Amino acid sequence: MALNVSEIQTIDHDVLVVGAGGAGLRAAIECSAQKLSTGVISKSLLGKAHTVMAEGGMAAAMGNVDERDNWKVHFRDTMRGGKFLNDWRMAELHARHAPARVQELEEWGAVFDRTKAGLISQRNFGGHRYPRLAHVGDRTGLELIRTLQDHGVHSGISFHMECTALEILKDGDRVAGLLAYWRETGRFVIFRCKAVILCTGGGGKAWPVTSNSWEYTGDGTAMAYNAGAELQDLEFTQFHPTGMVWPLSVRGILVTEGVRGDGGILKNNKGERFMFNYISERFAPETADTVEEADRWLKGDKTARRPPELLTRDEVARAITAEVKAGRGSPHGGVFLDIASRLPADVIKKKLPSMYHQFIELAEVDITKEAMEVGPTLHYFMGGIKVDSDSQMTSVPGLFGAGECTAGMHGANRLGGNSLSDLVVFGKLAGEGAAEYIKKLAAKPAVQESQVVSAVRAATDILNRETGANPYLLHDKLCETMAKGVGIVRVKDELETALAEIEQLKKEGETLKAPGASQYNPGWHEALAMRSLLVTSEAVARCALMREESRGAHTRLDHPGESKEWVNFNCVVKKGPDGNMQIEKRPKPPGPPALVEIANAKIEDLESGKVGAGVK
Amino acid sequence: MATTRTFKVWRGDAKGGDFQQYDIQVDEGMVVLDVLHRIQAQQANDLALRWNCKAGKCGSCSMEINGKPKLACMTRMNSLPEGETVTVQPLKTFPVMKDLVTDVSWNYAQNKKIPKFKPRPRDPDGKYRMYQEDVDRVQEFRKCIECYLCQNVCHVLRDRDGRELNSFVGPRFMIRVASLEMHPLDTEDRIPAVRDEFGSGMCNITKCCTEVCPEHIHITDNGIIPLKERVVDRFYDPIAMLMRKIFG
Repeated sequence: MALNVSEIQTIDHDVLVVGAGGAGLRAAIECSAQKLSTGVISKSLLGKAHTVMAEGGMAAAMGNVDERDNWKVHFRDTMRGGKFLNDWRMAELHARHAPARVQELEEWGAVFDRTKAGLISQRNFGGHRYPRLAHVGDRTGLELIRTLQDHGVHSGISFHMECTALEILKDGDRVAGLLAYWRETGRFVIFRCKAVILCTGGGGKAWPVTSNSWEYTGDGTAMAYNAGAELQDLEFTQFHPTGMVWPLSVRGILVTEGVRGDGGILKNNKGERFMFNYISERFAPETADTVEEADRWLKGDKTARRPPELLTRDEVARAITAEVKAGRGSPHGGVFLDIASRLPADVIKKKLPSMYHQFIELAEVDITKEAMEVGPTLHYFMGGIKVDSDSQMTSVPGLFGAGECTAGMHGANRLGGNSLSDLVVFGKLAGEGAAEYIKKLAAKPAVQESQVVSAVRAATDILNRETGANPYLLHDKLCETMAKGVGIVRVKDELETALAEIEQLKKEGETLKAPGASQYNPGWHEALAMRSLLVTSEAVARCALMREESRGAHTRLDHPGESKEWVNFNCVVKKGPDGNMQIEKRPKPPGPPALVEIANAKIEDLESGKVGAGVK
Repeated sequence: MATTRTFKVWRGDAKGGDFQQYDIQVDEGMVVLDVLHRIQAQQANDLALRWNCKAGKCGSCSMEINGKPKLACMTRMNSLPEGETVTVQPLKTFPVMKDLVTDVSWNYAQNKKIPKFKPRPRDPDGKYRMYQEDVDRVQEFRKCIECYLCQNVCHVLRDRDGRELNSFVGPRFMIRVASLEMHPLDTEDRIPAVRDEFGSGMCNITKCCTEVCPEHIHITDNGIIPLKERVVDRFYDPIAMLMRKIFG
């Protein structure tokens, strides 16, 4: 059948943003403010992106609750939480810009919880030295997305909803547009544009137990890879320590870290508060070693150290896994998270309304009376598309990225609360970067018909085939492979087995069949998403095999502990000329001495000004 | 404990459709959305439905379950009568696109009509100050997840004319206007629009919207009625009317 490209709908923009979560909306608002014709496409309806799931808050060193806080302490916390694998400049930019981005949201109508003095309140969270998270109860993500959405619809942005991106279109080396399809009709659409900003989130749907929604299939990661961009550090997949474990149908749904920030404690089936047994050397000087000290800290005693339940997510997730493995787990394979014995019922309902709601409605557990059962759930990708720290441009001219789909900012492990701030800080920078790039662009690149034809063919083959593999079953198999071989703890031979299985699944992926027509056909959507998820999963497994150390969210049983050598290297993935995935151990650029000094300083020295005073 | 249940799911598109029957295994703790996903994976790959968060936070999976508007992700199977057939159909107020998916674009058009937030200047130190007790009500309204269940049950919007003549924006957007009007920093005046464009007079306070709200927002009592009162105070207050007559 001949395909006439001129019959495919075309839409022109200066910039096309892919994804309407926090990063995508903030990037679009910036592009629009820079007078660019801006389009946003999203797989879901506007306002439903995964950002709505974020609960605890957004980290910004505003010092509203503890005036000792400033960007340097936030930067230091971020580097330490990321086990020093973070991109130095990104961690710096993030800590510096976050307060202004939070205040900007307030100016756009966000209503954060208040302090007694009427300022934006800030709460404690794992790995953050001071109460730092601006929040709205435990529904901060919803506040962020609604604020950006309501601001965005008055900013002249064109929103193209329920539209799925398939492939970056190029003119030579440069971005020339993007091919997508409308989910409702199954019809294709060519966006002709000068720059594309990918804000597509991670790829958590490759694991069976995840807090991620169906949208998290690594679309942007795979599209960037296929367009020739480099990916980085995919081995760092964060397992959030507290996901629901029961009933099975809600397994993986997030239980906010705010529960622990507000005093919740973790217990095993013997009733022991076990986190005191898992305090690593790096955090020992700043972590309470008795129940008494931990409780004093909670009451606001500034001389006391933090409770061990607020260690970074990687440490808590590993501790829970170890307890369950040792036979001290809860009936359904988790541990107990207890807030009921720590706070009065009415305070719990006020501070954690959606947790209360979630447990009573989905698990028939009243968290003001009983402990919750929780266990690790795949939550976040620290790795992703490699971008320039300031402009957010990938190695492909005209292709940008922001938010979870990019790498660098969070290093080997992300601190809770640093994601929402990441979205708005780097969303804005990506918008600025795209505007700058477009200004210097001599002529609008042209979409190549041949590329459109082959991309459309590849997508429609899935519908036209007589028979083929069931995309849902392929998805199940991939989840099984990733859970078995690329889980929370990893070893060489299991990773190799996983890679061999992924090879096999890729072959099956080439023969997928979706029955039915192209109109709103979830089977077809699933089949197309599987193509992205397979690329992303392969990149995670290859990076995990290459990094022979345990750092942050990446734990290798055959290589325990952090290696002095590996802190200086990133794993960089690229599509080779033969179409196969190439991986490189690439030296990580060293940090500027002043920043290195701040990150390594003792906290007392940083607070007294003995270190870092010269850095403004 | 697993049991086999019978589901009748509406399948079709704008041109029409009918209920299809599926017998499917249901495990302990499942919600309706889980069952629909299982039907989709095993028996009807092309069954169209919307969902995202699966935890009652995004408002995507609104549908009518046994005739009641609900979020499928928050409707536990053990809350439905044991042994009886479960009927699932799309929201009635909005045009069907396919199966359980409806065209809700009308709602986005209403939202765009609402004048944006316009804050007063910052305090001299560059910060804004608002007190918690002054924002509690606004925060209640901002819990809205835009599931449109309230729009779906609104009598004014159920009537095609209500939507096509744009005589009323519906409870969701009255709540949004209320969240702006009661925002301590906002300086915009939307009260004339509440009466005219947004049609506050169309609401006859039957509170159907409040009953179905999964976020338990007191839509009528805390949002719509106070807005109606502001309209009355502005335009129908007898003393103010007299003053206007005298002083023009």
